[in-house]
Amino acid sequence: MNKNDPWLLPDGIEEVLPEKARRLENMRRSVLDLFDAWGYELVMPPLAEFLDSLLTGVGEDMDLQTFKITDQISGRMMGIRPDITPQTARIDAHYLKKESPVRLCYAGPVLRTRPDKFAGSREPFQLGAELFGHDGLASELELLELMVVMLRQIGIDQVHVELGHVGIFQSLAAEAKLNSEQESELFSALQRKAGPDMNKMLASWDLPEKLKKNLSLLVELSGDEQVLEIARTAFASNKEIVACLDNVQSVYDVFKNNSGKGVPVLFDLAELSGYGYYTGIVYSAFIPGHGRAIAKGGRYDGIGQAFGRDRPATGFGADMRELINLAPDKLDKKSAILAPENIDKTLKNKINSLRDNGERIIMQLPGNKYSASEMGCDKELIQKNGKWIVK
Amino acid sequence: MNDTINIALSKGRVLEDTLPLLARAGITPAEDPNKSRKLIFDTNNPKVKLTIIRAADVPTYVQFGAADLGVSGKDVLMEYDGEGIYELLDLNIARCRLMVAEPESLAKKDDPQQWTRLRIATKYVNITRKHFAAKGIQTDIIKLYGSMELAPLVGLADRIVDLVSTGATMKANKLVEVEHIADISSWLVANKASMKMKHESVKSLVDKLRDAVARASQ
Repeated sequence: MNKNDPWLLPDGIEEVLPEKARRLENMRRSVLDLFDAWGYELVMPPLAEFLDSLLTGVGEDMDLQTFKITDQISGRMMGIRPDITPQTARIDAHYLKKESPVRLCYAGPVLRTRPDKFAGSREPFQLGAELFGHDGLASELELLELMVVMLRQIGIDQVHVELGHVGIFQSLAAEAKLNSEQESELFSALQRKAGPDMNKMLASWDLPEKLKKNLSLLVELSGDEQVLEIARTAFASNKEIVACLDNVQSVYDVFKNNSGKGVPVLFDLAELSGYGYYTGIVYSAFIPGHGRAIAKGGRYDGIGQAFGRDRPATGFGADMRELINLAPDKLDKKSAILAPENIDKTLKNKINSLRDNGERIIMQLPGNKYSASEMGCDKELIQKNGKWIVK
Repeated sequence: MNDTINIALSKGRVLEDTLPLLARAGITPAEDPNKSRKLIFDTNNPKVKLTIIRAADVPTYVQFGAADLGVSGKDVLMEYDGEGIYELLDLNIARCRLMVAEPESLAKKDDPQQWTRLRIATKYVNITRKHFAAKGIQTDIIKLYGSMELAPLVGLADRIVDLVSTGATMKANKLVEVEHIADISSWLVANKASMKMKHESVKSLVDKLRDAVARASQ
């Protein structure tokens, strides 16, 4: 990096300039209003906290993604949050301590040591909603619906929803008693849907034939509704997996007849991104022409346990910096009125009343002769027959 | 919704070996890609287009969705540090192997069990680092873009990691293969989102290609 260009920003760090910032803020408000209407209370967890607490209950991935600093007061390590979700789980476990279900939402920046593999931001603006204290269809469905309604509200239609369940792989991996090296090899092949690699790998392992067949079938289990039928037949003897499939099926059945009407639904029973964190159903939103999910969520029951209070949890999140680039620009350019530099009392009153009515007034500064358009205004306050009018 | 399928291919051996497979799957380019300077080609199927790019760029195009499908060497895929690419099908073409090689003179007294720190010239920086790290061996890697065989001869490195198909180049430069890293062939890869949202058309094309590969190996 050239030291002569000190104004260059670090990789993956971006600033948002006026037009876009206004759209982003508008989106933030509208989404938080929506969450509020659904009963999700806003929380603002801190930007930095002790590393131990920040990384409790989340995977190693997040450890590597966390910027670390030393706290000059306590001498302990602090981390800058790479994800807000675990913070909300901590809030639910330690501060709210309610028996009843708790609905929380948030919107704020997070910081990550590396950009994602899509040349993305290292400072995503994360927004999300989480529901603690309910295990079952109703809460999963509520969050899935909220995710779709949110995307629709900010103008992203053409959403495709994908459903999956991490319990299927979990159950097969447990049955096969894989060691951690084998599990990570298999996991990597599954993530790449590399069927031939997987078959080669399985052939070299000492496992019952039936189990090998079931594991290699996982690669094929993506597509339309038929996938559930195929899985049901193949895994009929495994009660755990049948329960997972029932879970996916019942979410799908309700979703497709309600807020999911007209939304194409896909299934991928081998989709494992976020594995190690999610514990049940997972869902994500895709749009055509965009290589990855724009919002994703699911059930992650284990997390509260690390904070001493085991509560079922489910929720979703998205990055607003990404959403703003995908959502249509519906905001009109904001109109503004240029007011002359003048100490006239009637002018002052006129300006105050205009501002009270939501108009945007920009004052000409002493000695400036810039035109209205140069000042970013489309109208002007002028004096006519002793009265101030907007023109 | 755009339901055209864009397939990224690279010129050279991959293209020569892939076109017959595509032809067997019912797809032929409207003109000969080898004789044209165009980069995008129509095919006999109005919903399939071919994009010709550099081999190392195929995973990038596919990851970002600039192409729905691609044909890429396993070596390029192993070296590529990305995500969101599905490796659907081993096309069983352009077969070769990725090897560690060293000069004959060194090989005579060399024992791979005793390796602790190696100086290696290669264009596969990630694969090499990972391969040796898994065995607990430190490596000083010198990145080259071609003619790896030259490096040990001129004292740039002790050993190289490179693709070997017949072994003739190795032999001509007095190098011997000492360690096998992976078998390489070309694979059909797919963009994650295309695989999901254009599932039917992608799947039917993949099935046809799978048949074509099976028939070709008979």
